[in-house]
Parts: sequence; structure tokens; C-alpha cells
Amino acid sequence: MTTMTSAERLGTAMSHKEADRVPFLLPTIMQGARELGLTIEEYFAKAENVAEGQMRLLARYRHDGVFGFMYAAQEIEAFGGTTVFRDDGPANAGEPPVDWEDIPTLEPPRVDDCPALVRVLKIIELLASRLGGTVPILGVALSPYSLPTLQLGMESYLALLYERPDLAERLMRVNEEFCVAWSNAQLAAGAGAIAYTDPMASPSITPLAMYRRFGHPAACRTLERLKGAAATGLASGRAIPIIDDLVRTGTVGVSASVHEDLAEMKAACRGRLTVMGNLNAIEMRSWTLEQTVSKVREAIEKGAPGGGFVLTDNHGEIPWQVPEDVLQAVCETVFQFGRYPIRFREE
Amino acid sequence: MGEGGLAASRLDEFEETLLAVDRVALRKLIGSEVGVPSLQTMEDLFVPVLERIGRGWEEGRVSLAQVYMSGRLCEELVDGMDIPAAPVAEGLRIAIAVMEDSHLLGQRLVYSALRVAGYSVRRYGSMTLEPLIKRVCDEGIGMLLVSALMLPSALRIGQLTERLRRASPDTRVVVGGAPFRFDDRLWLQVGAHDRGVAAGDAIGIVRGYVAGRSA
Repeated sequence: MTTMTSAERLGTAMSHKEADRVPFLLPTIMQGARELGLTIEEYFAKAENVAEGQMRLLARYRHDGVFGFMYAAQEIEAFGGTTVFRDDGPANAGEPPVDWEDIPTLEPPRVDDCPALVRVLKIIELLASRLGGTVPILGVALSPYSLPTLQLGMESYLALLYERPDLAERLMRVNEEFCVAWSNAQLAAGAGAIAYTDPMASPSITPLAMYRRFGHPAACRTLERLKGAAATGLASGRAIPIIDDLVRTGTVGVSASVHEDLAEMKAACRGRLTVMGNLNAIEMRSWTLEQTVSKVREAIEKGAPGGGFVLTDNHGEIPWQVPEDVLQAVCETVFQFGRYPIRFREE
Repeated sequence: MGEGGLAASRLDEFEETLLAVDRVALRKLIGSEVGVPSLQTMEDLFVPVLERIGRGWEEGRVSLAQVYMSGRLCEELVDGMDIPAAPVAEGLRIAIAVMEDSHLLGQRLVYSALRVAGYSVRRYGSMTLEPLIKRVCDEGIGMLLVSALMLPSALRIGQLTERLRRASPDTRVVVGGAPFRFDDRLWLQVGAHDRGVAAGDAIGIVRGYVAGRSA
């Protein structure tokens, strides 16, 4: 088989066919700062930094996508929230900016009014101009059901869902409008697909009945209005009990948790959703090279046959502390053992 | 009979009512089955059921939202019982903090579990390294429970344990939070004395320590 471009490889995999090899993504969101010799805060201050960082990481790891994304709190800045930077990890959201009493009059903010979101759009445009469609650019949007964890704080939001479902429903509607506008702006800027980040949907976080009451209808309404494909990320949460629900949202893929068996996950999704996962990025920090090879091969053997699989971590972000030689070993293992047809290890 | 002397079916019913977050049914159940809630109710009913719910979360049968609401509902019942906290941990000062994060759900979950089990816990909220060390030393904390949401914060606990070994050698540090659930060895690498996977684990950890001290 001739070598495919990354766009062709991901497209083939997501059509549930075998490509030339297993596509893989290393969500090295912050590591461009190291490439450019900047602090993480300095790195994210300019779109040009992030675009250059993503291009250098693409050259270094030869993976199959780049990320038009800075940090989860970027969206909460649009609602008046703040971002807390640190030198050794992802920026975090500051104090929640929304109270219950704000919800009845809350309006979706405009993307153009938020400097952080405008910067992200510029990152995507810069990457699109440099990549010319050969490598997919992945945008990110927090789902209407999950954004309130940062808007209200998790404790306040859980209480709201149980005690004021009317306000929760109103908040969901506001967030839907924002999520659609934000996702479509990224697609218009050149993103090839949206990572629809919905950790609250996982049965690890909320019960199925609650997801079906709030999160699932919101996902159906939102994804229907997107002008491009979206894949659902559950940020390490379990997915198998809601696979049928996720299929009905119109998503094309789902993240796999390390707490679920990848083969079982693949069987549940086969032909319907592309499975993305499930390397343990937290453990990865202390993997030996032998462990790295073994873990990557195990994931490939369980997930790759038949296509419909993208090898990546299980959370959506490689920690700052993961050593360079481990990441290189992940790449080399994919190049060596990820070619189709997959060669299995002997028992 | 069940874990605390009550019939297993009663524990099941209490667990189901908590998971359904049905306050009306809960008050009815408590009133009809065990009469006036008492210290014994906490011991026989609340504690084992909260521990079961915690295990359910670890095993993927229960959601975090249900863990949170179960703890809160039990806490509301305990608050209405006018029982003094800390009947079994006299002399042991317990504090809980969240390392470098303003998102405090982990602290709330553990606090609820320990409160329901009868322990008094000081809530420090979000703390950075130096103020946390000072406060632990100033207040003579015997057991410090530290929750971390992100990996860098979890790793910072390594500096905390190292400093406390010198500044407050009798303080036991117990860690919990997402990074410790995804890496089984991380709690050892940061020098903690113990780790809780689910909030209810804190009850057994504190009890074990209290029993060891008095043995």
C-alpha cells in the first residue's frame, strides 16, 4: 500500500477501514513552549508561537494531526472567567464566574469579543495556511453539558442538576448557542474536525438518566448544527454504557478510558464510532522504554484491526512531565508495529 | 445481617434511596426503620452504605454525581441529629486541603464522608505549598488529607511530604484525586503515607490510624 497523508489516513480509519498504518495523535498541547524556549504562559500569549510550536512537534513526532487549542479555560474566559498559568502543566480555570442567580439572564458571549478565542482562531488559520490540508487540524469545544463545571464549579453544578433542573436546562440552551458558534468558527478557520469534549456525559461522572435528560439532547441539538465532523472526548471517563446514546448524537468517534478494556470498547463501537485511545498519559511519565513498546503494541493489537481506531492517550493531553524518549518510543513503535495488516505478538 | 448489624436488605434500600437522591423517601426510610437517628445509625447504616457507594464508583457502577449527593444527603441527616463530631478521634486533628486548585469537589466529598462517620475535619480549601506547611505545623495537624486534580499539583505533594517529614514528622499525609487513580504508584512516589481512591476510603484510613494509635 502506498503511503497516505495524515488526512487520508485519519479519513480511512474513521471510515472503519484499514489505512496504511494506524493513525496516531500525541496531544502535546503545551510542549511547543519547550520547543521555543518559552514559559507556558509566554507560549500561549501569541498565536504565532502556538502555530510554530505545533509545526515543530509535528516534525518531531510525525503524528497525524495538530491542535488548534490552548487550554480548557480558554472558553471560560468568554464568560468572564480567568485562567491560572503554571510553569509545569496546563493552565487551569480560576474561580467559577457564574452563579445560579446569573443563569436566567445569561446570554451566550460572542466569540469575537474574547481575545483568547480570537487567538485560537488565528492559530488554526496559521496552521491551515502552512499545512494545506495534508494534516488535519483539530479544534476543541467543551460541550453545553460539561462547560458548567467551569462556569459554576463542579459542586455547584451537580447541585444545580439535582435541585434546579429548570436553571440547568436554561444554562444548557445558552451553552448550546455558544458551542455551535465557537465550533463553527473553528471549522471556518480551517479546523478539520471538533473534539467535542463532554466528560460529564461519562457514567463515571453523571448517571445515565441524568445524561439522557440534559447532556444527550444538548449533544444531539448541538452536533446537528455543526458544519463539520465532531468526535466526543470523555476525558478518561468510561464510555461503554453510553455507546448507543453517543451514536445517536451524530458524533463520529469516542475516547477510550484506561478503566475499560480496549477490545471490549472496540467491539461495542465497531462500524459505528471510531475509538480513540487509550494510552495512560499519567502513568506514561514513568514508563520504561520496554513498557512503552508493550503498552503501545497492546493498544494496537486490541484497537487497530479493521480500522475505526486512532491511537492516542486516554485524556486528551500529554502531561508536561512525560519524557521525550518515551514519546519518541511511542512514535517508533507505531511506525514499526502499526502497519496494516497488524502483526500480533505470540502468546 | 449486614455490615453494621442491620439486615442487608435495609442497607440495599438505603443505598438505592441515596443513589436516587430522593430526600422524601430517605427521611421516611430513616424514620420508620431506625427510629430517631443516632450515633448508632451513623455507624450501622450511613458509614457502610457510603463505603459501598464509594466502591461502586471505583467499579464503575455509580457516578461521581451520586457519590456527591449521597454524601450530602447523609451529611444533612447527621447535621439534624445534634451529635457532636469527633467522638472517636479525640486528640487527632484532621485537616483536608486541595493542592493548588480552586475546584474543591474532592475536598467536599471526603469531608462529607468523614463528617458522616463522626469525625471533625478542618477544611483548608485551595492551598499552595508554603502556607499549607505553616498551617499544618501551627495547628498541630496529625493527619493531612490532600486532594489533587491535576498531575503537577499531585507531584507538588512530593515537596510537601518531604518538608513535613522535617517540620512535622508525626503528621500523616493521605492523598487522593484523579492523578492517583490513574497511576497506582504515584502516591508512593510522592511520599504519602496512604491513598484513597474513593471518598469513602477516608473513613477506613482514619479508623485504621486511630485504632493503631490506641493499640
